[in-house]
Amino acid sequence: MTPLLEIRQLKKSFVTPDGGRHTVVAVDYFAMPEQQQLALSGESGSGKTTFLNLIAGILKPDSGTITLEGSAMSALPEAQRDRLRATKIGYIFQTFNLLQGYTCLENVLLGMSFGPGVDRPFALGLLQRMGLEQKLNHYPRQLSTGQQQRVAVARALANRPRLVLADEPTGNLDHRNATEAIGLIREACRENNAALLLVSHDREVLQRFESVQDLAELNRAARAAEGAV
Amino acid sequence: MMLPLMIFRSLKQHALSTVITALSIALGGGLLMSVWAVKEQSQAVFTGVNAGFDGVLGARGSKLQLVLNAVFHLEASPGNLAWSDFETIRSNANVALALPLAVGDNYKGYRLVGTLPDLLQQVEFAPGKRFTLPEGEEFFDAGRREAVVGSFAAQKLGLRRGDKFHPYHGLIFNEKDQHAETYVVVGVLEPSNTPADRVIFIPLEGIQKMTGHAAYTATEISAVLVKLKSPAAGFQMDQMYNKQGNRLTFAWPIGQVMMELFKKIGWFDQLLALISYLVALVATASILASIYNSMNERRREIAILRALGARRHTIFGAILFEAATISALGMVFAFAFYAAIMVGAAQVIRAQTGVVLDPWKFSWVMVWAPAALIALGALAGIVPAVKAYRTPVADYLVPVS
Repeated sequence: MTPLLEIRQLKKSFVTPDGGRHTVVAVDYFAMPEQQQLALSGESGSGKTTFLNLIAGILKPDSGTITLEGSAMSALPEAQRDRLRATKIGYIFQTFNLLQGYTCLENVLLGMSFGPGVDRPFALGLLQRMGLEQKLNHYPRQLSTGQQQRVAVARALANRPRLVLADEPTGNLDHRNATEAIGLIREACRENNAALLLVSHDREVLQRFESVQDLAELNRAARAAEGAV
Repeated sequence: MMLPLMIFRSLKQHALSTVITALSIALGGGLLMSVWAVKEQSQAVFTGVNAGFDGVLGARGSKLQLVLNAVFHLEASPGNLAWSDFETIRSNANVALALPLAVGDNYKGYRLVGTLPDLLQQVEFAPGKRFTLPEGEEFFDAGRREAVVGSFAAQKLGLRRGDKFHPYHGLIFNEKDQHAETYVVVGVLEPSNTPADRVIFIPLEGIQKMTGHAAYTATEISAVLVKLKSPAAGFQMDQMYNKQGNRLTFAWPIGQVMMELFKKIGWFDQLLALISYLVALVATASILASIYNSMNERRREIAILRALGARRHTIFGAILFEAATISALGMVFAFAFYAAIMVGAAQVIRAQTGVVLDPWKFSWVMVWAPAALIALGALAGIVPAVKAYRTPVADYLVPVS
């Protein structure tokens, strides 16, 4: 069975201030089946965000392939990667990245407008599911951190994505809110038949996942292979 | 559907700079439209005003000065001509009507024009339009010291039927130069929107024989307004007076003579237009500056939008639309500036010349100027739009610490 996400020989490096190149991501193989919920562990600076940005098509890899639902994302021109991201991928950021000038509802609707189109009833349903039915017209600054996180989750799911990427989604939350948020993200993804790839360095968060992989291991294996060549 | 929301929210977030930029566009646009419209209308109106005559006969001199003096009641007369010159032209077979004018006195700065009653009673000053008086008022009697006052002059001087006044010598008011004669206002003309609104008409002899005037003025006049029987007659008169003669000047046709004025002041028109273009250009550049300066704070928002799936050209288009919207907003306000400038200009022109401009008259400048400025505004958005287009998404997704 074809996995939802399949990554081969992925490599991404950046130019260092002294003119050299620093390899941040070097993943030989990585795959996720449909609806899987997988946590990737990794310390700060281990390339977690870069890895997610590569999967989301925000960054273009130096080499290798990323295939999402049969589409070789890494080979697509930028406009098509944008389109694929808008329709197949939901992204939850550590800092939520809500648009401050827009209400909760508008944040969700705006995300939809770049994808398959605005579906207001679905957006309202999502926000209701997140317990935000009373906050639809509130601006992010008028919400608690936990509520902002829930808006970000609703926005990530607004386009009925096949894959949700979550980058340290509990990094800005206290323990109680973090526990609730992880539960909510997992439930919401399950209800919407979306796979979840969550990266975190928080042990408590990682412990709540049945499947956990270490990004450092993934990177190490590839780098070792690179070194052997 | 979300594009208008994006633009609206962005404008709201930068409300102060939006309003200031839109106001500068409004000023530039309003100035541009009003300079253009005043030029267009005044040219049309001034070259169209002829008081119902084809030409003016006067002393040898400038045709323009002759027309300004006899038709627009501006400027000094270039000199006098003899009564016999009037009789000669009046009896010319090509002349349908000739009426003499004598000037040289004023009442508190408003010019007295001596003429025959026919000028007010028989002449159509514009096709189908004659001077009219309110019920119960009358035109002056050529043999009495009576006056008919133009509407604007009457309003400014507070003159009404039955009022009496002493004329003052000269065209410029000097209270020491009062004449002894007393004139009675017998009528106040209804507004004609012509230079006649700014003058006081009295019998021709009144000017000619005013106490203190030199004796020879009794047989002289300032100009003769001439209505020809056919346009071809104008060439004959032109030949007779201007080319063969050397004592008198026949200014004909009046509209063409006035065009000379606009040619003479063309450089001033161009200067005004240039200034208004520059103001509009600077205002448009302010759009560029205001959006460009806000780009650094917007880059995170742009990165978030891009991470949500917005394409580069969507962001590029949104910035262009935003720039065009600021410009469009400015042009809405520009019509208020336009109206204010036009109303002011019309009042000044009316006060100075009696000619009335219509501030609300349609002009194509009201179409092309907003279109041009909105397009220019959109063009000004290109530079910040390119900056937005090039925003590296991954670099700006994290908050700036």
